Amino acid sequence: MNDDHGSIFDGLLGGDSSQWAFGTDFEDPLAGVDTTTPDGVDPAELAAYCLMLGDDALIMSQRLSEWCSRAPDLEEDIALANMALDLLGQARLLLARAAAADPRVVPGLPEGSPVPPEDALAFFRDDRDFRNVRLAEVANGDFAHVVVRLLMFSTARLALLERLCVSRDHVLAAVAAKGVKEVAYHRDWAGRWFVTLARGTEESRRRLLAALDALWLLQAELVAPHPLEHSLALAGVGVDPASLRDPVDAVLGQVLTAAGLDRPERAPLAGVGGRTGRDGLHTEALSLLLAEMQVVARAHPMGRW
Amino acid sequence: MTTIPAEPDLEARLQAGFDATIARRDRIEPRDWMPDAYRKTLVRQIAQHAHSEIIGMQPEGNWIGRAPSLRRKAILLAKVQDEAGHGLYLYSACETLGVSRAELTGLLLSGRQKYSSIFNYPTLSYADVGTIGWLVDGAAICNQVPLCRTSYGPYGRAMIRICKEESFHQRQGYELLMTMMRGTDEQRAMVQESVDRFWWPSLMMFGPPDANSPNSERSMAWGIKRNSNDELRQKFVDMTVPQADALGVTLPDPGLRWNEERGHYDFGEPDWRELAAVIRGDGPCNAQRLAHRRAAHDDGAWVREAATAFAEREGAR
Repeated sequence: MNDDHGSIFDGLLGGDSSQWAFGTDFEDPLAGVDTTTPDGVDPAELAAYCLMLGDDALIMSQRLSEWCSRAPDLEEDIALANMALDLLGQARLLLARAAAADPRVVPGLPEGSPVPPEDALAFFRDDRDFRNVRLAEVANGDFAHVVVRLLMFSTARLALLERLCVSRDHVLAAVAAKGVKEVAYHRDWAGRWFVTLARGTEESRRRLLAALDALWLLQAELVAPHPLEHSLALAGVGVDPASLRDPVDAVLGQVLTAAGLDRPERAPLAGVGGRTGRDGLHTEALSLLLAEMQVVARAHPMGRW
Repeated sequence: MTTIPAEPDLEARLQAGFDATIARRDRIEPRDWMPDAYRKTLVRQIAQHAHSEIIGMQPEGNWIGRAPSLRRKAILLAKVQDEAGHGLYLYSACETLGVSRAELTGLLLSGRQKYSSIFNYPTLSYADVGTIGWLVDGAAICNQVPLCRTSYGPYGRAMIRICKEESFHQRQGYELLMTMMRGTDEQRAMVQESVDRFWWPSLMMFGPPDANSPNSERSMAWGIKRNSNDELRQKFVDMTVPQADALGVTLPDPGLRWNEERGHYDFGEPDWRELAAVIRGDGPCNAQRLAHRRAAHDDGAWVREAATAFAEREGAR
């Protein structure tokens, strides 16, 4: 019976790991890459910056992956999983970069634990140590909610990655160059659905407006200047979010016009004592998200997966 | 469709042509004449297979949010995404027989078409992700590899691609279990417990024993099916026992032993009453799986309506 496909089971046995050609089978995602911190840059600052960008991607990916098997159509199910995978890939590289720049950011684990740094960072930090914007973490809503969230998130991230391609940090520049192609698709997908829902039916327009109303107040945080980002921008390593404001505004303005919608008038969501996501001060949603995401890993700090 | 002038022996000639194609082990293609019963059998089988891919996203999807490493999360998410892709190819193959994806989805949601019973079992630990890859995808491959040579062209071609991806999934599952077996005592116990739960349901994936398989004979004659349920089950057991040894787990069957005379492993009888109960709808997760699918479909209705309305309006401009 296996005339054409007799080889399917060949090589299933044995401990040679080279047979598992998954493209993901490496312990250190930055193996072979120059990870020296550029001159004049504080490694702790670089690590904190990588955590900001990495956590944005990781938490957004976790929310997108919750859509798996729940989308309105198979094509959209596949698209949402694709975007979750892209962001997960970016998160892995950025968390690994953070750990390489400053190993002190990696939470301590029992002696001999095989958990790699990217996983120690993803699964063994508490919510206060996450540096993502609050937009990424709020609980999912309906399909309009994911479209609006992705549009705002990917518009800002694409503008950022485009500028990060020339970072003096080789790893950040490489992550950005790869990410630009991915996030351009995310923005395109979200923009097309945004216009479709706005101009589709009364119901879709109503839902889109509700999602816009619920999420717009989280938009400003994406381009809010943070002292750390400002200092790394001066050093030629990071991007100052303040410089993204105009281009992001222009893109969102175009999409809103195409959709026939006015720009929502919502003041940014306040922080607590002036602190927001980038400072480790989150919504109630994040610790719940982490409770799910981290539960298995934390139960097995000595585990191999 | 072209109108064919009435001819008394036309039907007989078409049937003879069809039979000759089957006898040559050649492919039947969408525009070829085929007996109604052949078409119906194919629609039933391909749709059931497509539905299985879509419902099959749930048991493993259950663990995406809790995957214990980022690498495993990426592997699992990509795998479940592949299943959605398999569903798409298969619905497309089915559409060549004149049934739309929307109709087939309706038949799944109303319970008139079935999906593989294995997906009505719960996933209770992360090891289940590996076990499903190894045993469930392994059993599926045994069932599906012969289908690459099935008599209906679009189905056979879809199966070639699906089998390649399934074999990749099977290796990933086995590799997860292998890695866990090199981990802690708790992890090894987790793997064994998972294999204990999935072994018998995996054997049931080949369907009832040949003596009780009402549709098998005709499907074999038509070249839709190439091997009997019992042949494939034996093949799976023979293939899996050495893999279990290499992994270091015990398959939960005291009757499992090598039979020198037959050149095959002897094995115990699955609990066919349990299979019947699960097929009847009384399995541990039947209601949950269908409710999840219905909710996704219903929640997405307004989106599909909006997309249709938008496309019509844009098209009219």
